[in-house]
Amino acid sequence: MTAITAHKPKKATSPILSVRDLKVHFSVPGKGLFAPDRKLRAVDGVNFDLYPGETLGVVGESGCGKSTLGRAILQLIPPSSGQVAWLGKDIVGAPHREMQPLRRDLQIIFQDPLASLNPRMTIGEIIAEPLVTHKPELGKDEIKVRVKRMMARVGLLPQMINRYPHEFSGGQCQRIGIARAMILEPKLIVCDEPVSALDVSIQAQIVNLLQELQREFDLSLIFISHDLSIVRHICHRIMVLYLGNVMELADRDSIYAAPRHPYTKALISAVPIPDPEIERNKERIVLTGDLPSPLSPPSGCVFRTRCPFAQDKCATASPTLDRVSETQEVACHFHDSIS
Amino acid sequence: MMNKSEKTAMLEAAGAPAEIEGRSLWRDARIRLFRNKAAVGSMIILGIITLLAIFAPLLSPYAYDQIDWGYIQEGPNWENGHIFGTDGNGRDLFIRVLYGARVSLAVGLLATSVSLAIGVTYGAVAGYFGGKVDNIMMRFVDVLYSLPFMFFVIMLMVVFGRNIFLIFVALGAVEWLTMARIVRGQTLSLRRREFIEAAHATGVSNFKIIFRHIIPNVLGPVIVYMTLTIPQVILTESFLSFLGLGVQEPLTSWGVLISEGAKVIEASTWMLIYPALFLALTLFCFNFIGDGLRDALDPKDR
Repeated sequence: MTAITAHKPKKATSPILSVRDLKVHFSVPGKGLFAPDRKLRAVDGVNFDLYPGETLGVVGESGCGKSTLGRAILQLIPPSSGQVAWLGKDIVGAPHREMQPLRRDLQIIFQDPLASLNPRMTIGEIIAEPLVTHKPELGKDEIKVRVKRMMARVGLLPQMINRYPHEFSGGQCQRIGIARAMILEPKLIVCDEPVSALDVSIQAQIVNLLQELQREFDLSLIFISHDLSIVRHICHRIMVLYLGNVMELADRDSIYAAPRHPYTKALISAVPIPDPEIERNKERIVLTGDLPSPLSPPSGCVFRTRCPFAQDKCATASPTLDRVSETQEVACHFHDSIS
Repeated sequence: MMNKSEKTAMLEAAGAPAEIEGRSLWRDARIRLFRNKAAVGSMIILGIITLLAIFAPLLSPYAYDQIDWGYIQEGPNWENGHIFGTDGNGRDLFIRVLYGARVSLAVGLLATSVSLAIGVTYGAVAGYFGGKVDNIMMRFVDVLYSLPFMFFVIMLMVVFGRNIFLIFVALGAVEWLTMARIVRGQTLSLRRREFIEAAHATGVSNFKIIFRHIIPNVLGPVIVYMTLTIPQVILTESFLSFLGLGVQEPLTSWGVLISEGAKVIEASTWMLIYPALFLALTLFCFNFIGDGLRDALDPKDR
């Protein structure tokens, strides 16, 4: 994908979301009857800021904690520690009563479009549910008008309002999911691999729809994906996760032009280039081994077991996110020497 | 993409076309059910039995407790109006079978509704909240399960005296346990589904999630189990009545009639055959409907 269409967000002064040292640990029953519970470190100390109108891509392989991070931000999974500040106010552990009004600004779109829609409800009821929940003062007719308007906006025929999810294709179901997320005009949508389950041709439509909506409503998006081409197309900044840790956090252009972390380099070199000449001659970094278990992550730098540049220091000290340029932060002890 | 939304906008401006009626999963299931001949036949027969039970007093010149001194324990006879014959006390068997149908069907439906209401709510709550709540609630069910049923019924009879209402309570109290387990299992697999998470993310309350999202989606297996519970309850009531723990004379149920008929099986077969026929027919019908519903609600599982 060469067309770079992500628009530049307006320079904003303060972030709408800032995440500080966010950790999500699950306890897993130990092996054996009396073995103590073990800790699964799904997300282990993540920091980032998100500005209005910005898209942050979260990439990483399966099981690196991308989805858990998205859900923890929305408080769908209670974080174990850390801070999620929404418009400057920490919402970790906020009681239901305080969380409720914030829910209208925070929405989510899921990977499996059909599974995210209740098969027993008409799509009109599905899209209207957030409205009914948050604006009970609206009348039936007003709700219907708004639902139809939103359906038209996301490219669904409004007369389909009484149909059921199983009567739609995957791409249409994802549009329904987007309509449900957009109906309250939220400020942030977490997109949890929204296009991975779709055909390539449909993927482009959905991604473009998300970008249009973002421009129109000044939305912030957290775009979770493992497809680096799509991330490059839609995101302004990209965060690379590995085993629940941030490896690199940088501007899209800097990260694709000059990845600093060995893991990011490996990921980016694995993206195929649609030119056989270049593709054949490009330098590839092939990672060996598997993702270590998040039950017992390696000491020091979590990536060291698969890192081609690992040295003694990596096993003892865990690297912090270093700012290497205005737009790029890397968590690697040797980012200077290896790039 | 932009073209498409412009197109829809234009369509709307040009006079919005009528809304298309969707085909719900329920409607699909109904269509499949009505294609099943055995199930439709069973529904017709059950309907007839129910109508007979409801309009029983209009269908016979005799009352259910009226003794016809001229015909004591006589066989079926069309001329004197005792079309199923009479019992040992000279009461018309036809009307008594229909009154028995009233009691048996009422017990079946009421006890099942009680078990449905309690079991579905209980199971959905336990499965939805999971963890400790689920553990405590399901252990309570296990404890009730281990209570011997007959002992429970006899205790109730001793304490409160013989009463038809008690049978509903006793049966309902036992039948909801299995229902709760079924619903809990279904709920456990549902609550991790993404549409439940979406409802969470929107801030829908737990109560509404359970009643709007979970229960409609577990209703399929529940309805099937319900149609299989009704005959089970009817059978249990017959069993209790057979033992003499059920309804009180002169009111009757199929169980009582069968028990009386069984005593005189050699002398007057009709006293056993007619109530037994009705009972068997009803049970068959419910089972066929249950089968039909299962196929209709879960077409993949055939």
